[in-house]
Amino acid sequence: MKQAAPPDTIPGTVGEGLAQHGISRRDFLQFCTSLAAMLALPPAMASVMAEAISRAKRQSVIWLSFQECTGCTESITRSHSPTLESLMFDMISLDYHHTLQAASGEAAEHARMQAMKDNEGKYLVIVDGSIPMGNPGYSAIAGISNHDMLVETAKGAAAIVAVGTCAAHGGIPHADPNPTGAVPVSEIVKDKPIINVPGCPPIPVVMTGVLAHFLTFGGIPELDDLGRPKSFYGDTIHDRCYRRPFYDQGKFAETFDDEGARQGWCLFKLGCKGPVTYNACATAKWNDGTSFPIQSGHGCIGCSEPNFWDAGPFYKPLSTPVSATPAMLAAAAAAGVAAGVAITWHNRSTKARANAEHAKVTTQDLKREEK
Amino acid sequence: MTHLDILTFARGSALNWALMVFVAGVTLRLFEILGFGRKADLAKPRAPRVGSGWRTMFTRSLPEPGILRRDPVTYISGYVFHSGLFLSLFFFGPHIAFFRSMTGLSWPGLPTALTDAAAVAAIVALVVLLAHRLNNPVKRMLSGIGDYVAWTATLLPLLTGYMAYHHLLIEYTLMLALHLFSVELLLVVLPFSKLLHSFTLFISRWYNGDAFARKGVAS
Repeated sequence: MKQAAPPDTIPGTVGEGLAQHGISRRDFLQFCTSLAAMLALPPAMASVMAEAISRAKRQSVIWLSFQECTGCTESITRSHSPTLESLMFDMISLDYHHTLQAASGEAAEHARMQAMKDNEGKYLVIVDGSIPMGNPGYSAIAGISNHDMLVETAKGAAAIVAVGTCAAHGGIPHADPNPTGAVPVSEIVKDKPIINVPGCPPIPVVMTGVLAHFLTFGGIPELDDLGRPKSFYGDTIHDRCYRRPFYDQGKFAETFDDEGARQGWCLFKLGCKGPVTYNACATAKWNDGTSFPIQSGHGCIGCSEPNFWDAGPFYKPLSTPVSATPAMLAAAAAAGVAAGVAITWHNRSTKARANAEHAKVTTQDLKREEK
Repeated sequence: MTHLDILTFARGSALNWALMVFVAGVTLRLFEILGFGRKADLAKPRAPRVGSGWRTMFTRSLPEPGILRRDPVTYISGYVFHSGLFLSLFFFGPHIAFFRSMTGLSWPGLPTALTDAAAVAAIVALVVLLAHRLNNPVKRMLSGIGDYVAWTATLLPLLTGYMAYHHLLIEYTLMLALHLFSVELLLVVLPFSKLLHSFTLFISRWYNGDAFARKGVAS
């Protein structure tokens, strides 16, 4: 049951949006507490965050979708029902988004231009999808190439959030042989702060957390060397995985339907990439904290890492060769045998020659010398 | 090039070439050694030699009487190192997965706390052995560059594996790649250095045991 709206609702602020949707201060504080925990902030920051966000003007956001599958948008709009995504859209003014906006054609482009003009230097740009650098016709919107639209929109932005692995690292379009010449946002925009939120798709609460941080502190969170918020991407999935104790006990599922799999043992031997994947899946989880891939019985495929698609088969353990085969080793052994036979033949020939050339000394010769 | 790209290269082309050099190198060296042959011993054996070679393969692993007093450092450290290396190499889960991928054989692993302790013991023993080699005048005089190369090639996989497991110094993915590179260095060095004893050890023990039996000192 929703409580009364926050008393200090100022027109045009997030607080007003929350009040209009009947979200109580208690609910909002609860939400901010979980966000503060996710962002590794002290508990006291929850109320500061709630205050700052509710007083903040709804952030203008322009969402650009390039070479993508709409999975990122699906992820954010269809999970944590009903609170998180609605809270996120209450915090922002989503001025342009192909999938979600009602307008189309010229009207849609006009909305983007208007938002850029009205919020010059203050709006956030969210990008999902990679940008093709080959033929502009690979991906264009309203006759504008993805590259040109990104450059034009990024010019007046306060910061850019690259949502999903495609925008952050190039993702699947960037996979070998990269037919469209796909690149991530960071290879085109060099003069604006870029927050990478990789994942295929990314976790919704990470997205919300980044926005909340921006609204509360007016800046971007601390990032790692790949431009990812440290609070969400600081640990590997393996280190936070609830199956980690089984790894340490040497208990592994060997197939997807053996006793080990049924007992919930570690999936390392089934190709889990959790040890080299930095993300919050094991802690934040999906679908309102219900589960994540490993909990569902499938190893992590490392979807938030750069070039994960080209990092070897999904079902081969990390400690095994990507492409070496017993046949390859058999060929090497055959080569070794051939070389060994050649060397043996050479050694024996040398020995035989030395024997043949060796001058034999007889007892007669020795007796002659004694005389 | 990201850390994951480096790891993929370490698990891919680099490992393929290292494994091929290793397999071809070991096969070549064994052929070379066995191909030398021995002159037929025409003398009548002094004692029955049945099983002496096989017994010697194992009895040479037991301490010789008095050796603990004569050279305790070499003996104890040698034993600790080889035991630690054996346990950490063959009983750590991810290593078993590697052997299974290459041979199809698999066996139960040990808890990581035990394999980790075994690796630490092996590292400490290697350091002690190096210090002893440098401090003992006879050992120092007998040591050549090959000994130090073999020591380094053996230490690096143990050290990088330990550091990767404990997330020490550098990021895990990169350290795992370094671990694999160090293993690849070991694979390339092994057939052409004294480390080949991991293969020739039992052959030479069998030969010695058998030859000594002919001379009347069967084990």
